[in-house]
Amino acid sequence: MRFLLIGIIVASTTAGEVLQAAGMRRHGEIRDFRPGAIRRAIAVLARNRFVIAAVAAMAVSFFAYLGLLTIADLSFAVPATAVTYVLETVLAKYVLKEHVSWLRWAGASLVICGVALVSL
Amino acid sequence: MTHEHARLRLKTWLFAVVVVFSNVFGNFFLKRGMPPALASPLQYITVLFHPWVALGVLLMVVWMLTRMALLSWADLSYVLPVTAVGYVFVAIVGKVLLNEQITMQRWAGIGLIVAGVALVSGGSAPQTAHPRPQAGTGQ
Repeated sequence: MRFLLIGIIVASTTAGEVLQAAGMRRHGEIRDFRPGAIRRAIAVLARNRFVIAAVAAMAVSFFAYLGLLTIADLSFAVPATAVTYVLETVLAKYVLKEHVSWLRWAGASLVICGVALVSL
Repeated sequence: MTHEHARLRLKTWLFAVVVVFSNVFGNFFLKRGMPPALASPLQYITVLFHPWVALGVLLMVVWMLTRMALLSWADLSYVLPVTAVGYVFVAIVGKVLLNEQITMQRWAGIGLIVAGVALVSGGSAPQTAHPRPQAGTGQ
């Protein structure tokens, strides 16, 4: 059961975050943080298809995560979802067309090894 | 251009800090407030009104909004490793507030995460300098 939930969490988190990044990059840099401007930005983003799909995927991920927390410890739940780092960095390069320098690959690899050590 | 660079870096750091801490404490309050089991689908909704869970959810909303703002200018492949420093704080929160043990292996993992975060945050600009639709930064 916990591995089914982790599978759901990993798939929906990865999809959600890549869609979110795609949507936010299309929106462009947010520069104005006055309350009115934030409201307007949220109103614009609420009509952004990438953001809508991202929120849907992340809602699935959130409720699966709540379910996981009831049957597993936080120290298992949080690190087990770190698999998403690998998937998302690969998708950042090939789908979002980011320039993933060797420094970022090295950093991401260290983080993944570290997360594995913390969780095992 | 260097001024623009510094502005973006400062803004990135500021948002990364909020993203990390809202996530760490959001997780902590969620775990603290969750009952041992969720018996029915309805309970997935009603549990949201439990005070600790509600606080956790509120922090997760802050986390999501600040993270979205951060992603509006910073690369996903930059944000991911940099915000991973949250794992370190989760371990520390576990030790301080929940009396969890941090073994040698965990300290080693924490060291690797910190090294990875330092490598990415110190070594590369947060933004890929390729032309993006509507970005209008005039590269």
